[in-house]
Amino acid sequence: MATESENLESLVNRRYEHGFITDIETDSLPPGLNEDVIRAISARKHEPPFMLEWRLQAYRQWLEMTEPAWAHVRYPKIDYNEISYFSAPKSDDDRPKSLDEVDPKLLETYDKLGIPLHERARLAGVAVDAVFDSVSVATTFKEKLSEAGVIFCSFSEAVQEHPELVQKYLGTVVPRRDNFFAALNAAVFSDGSFVYIPKGVRCPMELSTYFRINAANTGQFERTLIIADEGSHVSYLEGCTAPMRDENQLHAAVVELIALKDAEIKYSTVQNWYPGDENGVGGIYNFVTKRGDCRGANSKISWTQVETGSAITWKYPSCLLRGDNSVGEFYSVAVTNNLQQADTGTKMIHIGRNTSSTIVSKGISAGRAQNAYRGLVRIMPQAHGARNHTQCDSLLIGKECGAHTFPYMEIRNPSARVEHEATTSKISADQLFYCRQRGLSEEDAVNMIVNGFCKEVFKELPMEFAVEAQALLNVSLEGAVG
Amino acid sequence: MLEINNLRSRIDDSEILRGLSLSVRAGEVHAIMGPNGSGKSTLAQVIAGHEDYEVTAGTVTYNGQDLLELEPEERAREGIFLGFQYPVEIPGVNNAYLLKAAVNARRKHQGLGEVDAFEFLKLAREKMATLGMDPKFLNRGVNEGFSGGEKKRNEILQMAMLEPSLAILDETDSGLDIDALKAVAAGVNALRSPERAIILVTHYQRLLDYVEPDYVHVLSQGRIVRSGDKSLALELEEKGYEWVREAANA
Ligand SMILES: Nc1ncnc2c1ncn2[C@@H]1O[C@H](COP(=O)(O)OP(=O)(O)O)[C@@H](O)[C@H]1O
Ligand SMILES: [Mg+2]
Repeated sequence: MATESENLESLVNRRYEHGFITDIETDSLPPGLNEDVIRAISARKHEPPFMLEWRLQAYRQWLEMTEPAWAHVRYPKIDYNEISYFSAPKSDDDRPKSLDEVDPKLLETYDKLGIPLHERARLAGVAVDAVFDSVSVATTFKEKLSEAGVIFCSFSEAVQEHPELVQKYLGTVVPRRDNFFAALNAAVFSDGSFVYIPKGVRCPMELSTYFRINAANTGQFERTLIIADEGSHVSYLEGCTAPMRDENQLHAAVVELIALKDAEIKYSTVQNWYPGDENGVGGIYNFVTKRGDCRGANSKISWTQVETGSAITWKYPSCLLRGDNSVGEFYSVAVTNNLQQADTGTKMIHIGRNTSSTIVSKGISAGRAQNAYRGLVRIMPQAHGARNHTQCDSLLIGKECGAHTFPYMEIRNPSARVEHEATTSKISADQLFYCRQRGLSEEDAVNMIVNGFCKEVFKELPMEFAVEAQALLNVSLEGAVG
Repeated sequence: MLEINNLRSRIDDSEILRGLSLSVRAGEVHAIMGPNGSGKSTLAQVIAGHEDYEVTAGTVTYNGQDLLELEPEERAREGIFLGFQYPVEIPGVNNAYLLKAAVNARRKHQGLGEVDAFEFLKLAREKMATLGMDPKFLNRGVNEGFSGGEKKRNEILQMAMLEPSLAILDETDSGLDIDALKAVAAGVNALRSPERAIILVTHYQRLLDYVEPDYVHVLSQGRIVRSGDKSLALELEEKGYEWVREAANA
């Protein structure tokens, strides 16, 4: 009988599927960070003066700040002068006007990622904005969206075409000085996506962005800004991959969501950045600030995330529930295997009356990985009738991994109803044997059990992405049983 | 079909099976009885391939092949089914999903295509009806929050869907009320055929009133100490296991 560990070994050696490097000419700034670099970024993007001023102020604020040390993750000190802050495919100056003009090598890259822009967009009715290193390459489906009055474009384009919207909303949810990484992003962000849904409009299709870090030693600092005007509705998905490299790469993104009165934003993430190899070499440092502002009454913001990649994840998609009766939701699956570390969770800040929030967090650890949930529920004094329900479950696979839960609650209004449930379980040998006795392979059994564990979150994802998320989870956990 | 010869097996350094031999032919129903701790579940687990039980001596052949060489899932696909004494709960995993995955694993091994979803559901509902199971159990988590009796019926449902060649039921009758017992017995009797064999591990004569065994064996301290026909079960009921133990030590 082949021993269990032999089987496992062959599975563990399975490689990261998205680990290819695209060989195209890029126009990069030399590594290093100072005011001249920021001016250069801004100039290359032909930005209006307000944008440059905003960046410079962020940079000066960043210089005063220190890197946070409290997250439950460990990593060597990052030298911010070794990172290149701008990398664009060379053809930046004559930007493609349509997909036909996009560098075929780039399109090939997207093909390898499983997102053929033409097909995928057309078949699935998904509008895709693809960010490659720092520059947004192609936005499909623009016409159909503009008929509905929806603006969906790269951030750079928004700065050119809709500066009044950018100026009005940028930094109003995540201020420049919010935290160390947010300030860095504000200073050097190179591109990202911009969405505006006008009053009363239900966005006619799912909007989607794929991010990919390709060039070596570049950081990716994209910025996403989504504004749902009164009574509008939008569902947005981002997917992320990166090539395999031995160096760590920094990803410090900022996402700001604004839901005005009666508006709803559903934001889903399937994150599969390169996690490093089984010895913890390489991989993406994913330090991201995501925050939604339920600014108007009866508004709703829902975060759903499936986090399988990155060497280190540090991320707390949050909701500011300012409007009366506004609703915040956070559904999360975070998987860590080998030497991955994740410190993720959410913050629900209840400000308006009768606001409610739901948190469902599923953490899965395998190998020697560490997985931490960190969540804050804050009920402000004026938030009468606030409700929160938090469900926080951890699943451990093997004996060397860890799960940690740090729930923080600050309740300053006595009418609040706040519930917190937490469980930790293991995939038991008995469960595996039971499934194998019914004819399932050990691997299929693990996948089935893990998917069962995550079901509450997967059902929140748009259908086609739920399938993708499930497949990703299976790949991430291959060989995890021991 | 199944030949066990002088089998010795241990767990954590204590020897549980100590030279057990048993021969089961197609078409037969064997009952294995014996006091608590005599090794009945151990025998069932060893046949199914549980890795915690180390086989230190003896042989087990199944349809002419060395069973001990096979992984648990290969044994299952070859038609061995174990109805567990304590079926495990798998929260969040849809009962129908596991059932379908199990049926397909067996079909694939037999070179058949995957079962049609519609046909599968139809068949599952039929089988559930005969077992007195509410169809809503298909959409519950595997054994999640099931009562003892519901878990046992679920085991029989799986068996009925998988149509194994060799079914081993480990105390499937324990803790059942009379209706559930009858339902389980009906499930077992429905499986009876000249191509199949069934091993019933049980404490009580009760089940054997409904499923008539061809042979009854008494297990004590890891060995079969007596074999006979169904009258042996009645004798045990009357005289208790002390009598067997004395016989074994004599
Ligand atoms: N995991 C284990 N570790 C140590 N001893 C065990 C273990 N499992 C079972 N045993 C012992 O093996 C013996 C036989 O158990 P079992 O096969 O379950 O008996 P039965 O099913 O006949 O009641 C018992 O003495 C029991 O305590
Ligand atoms: Mg037993």
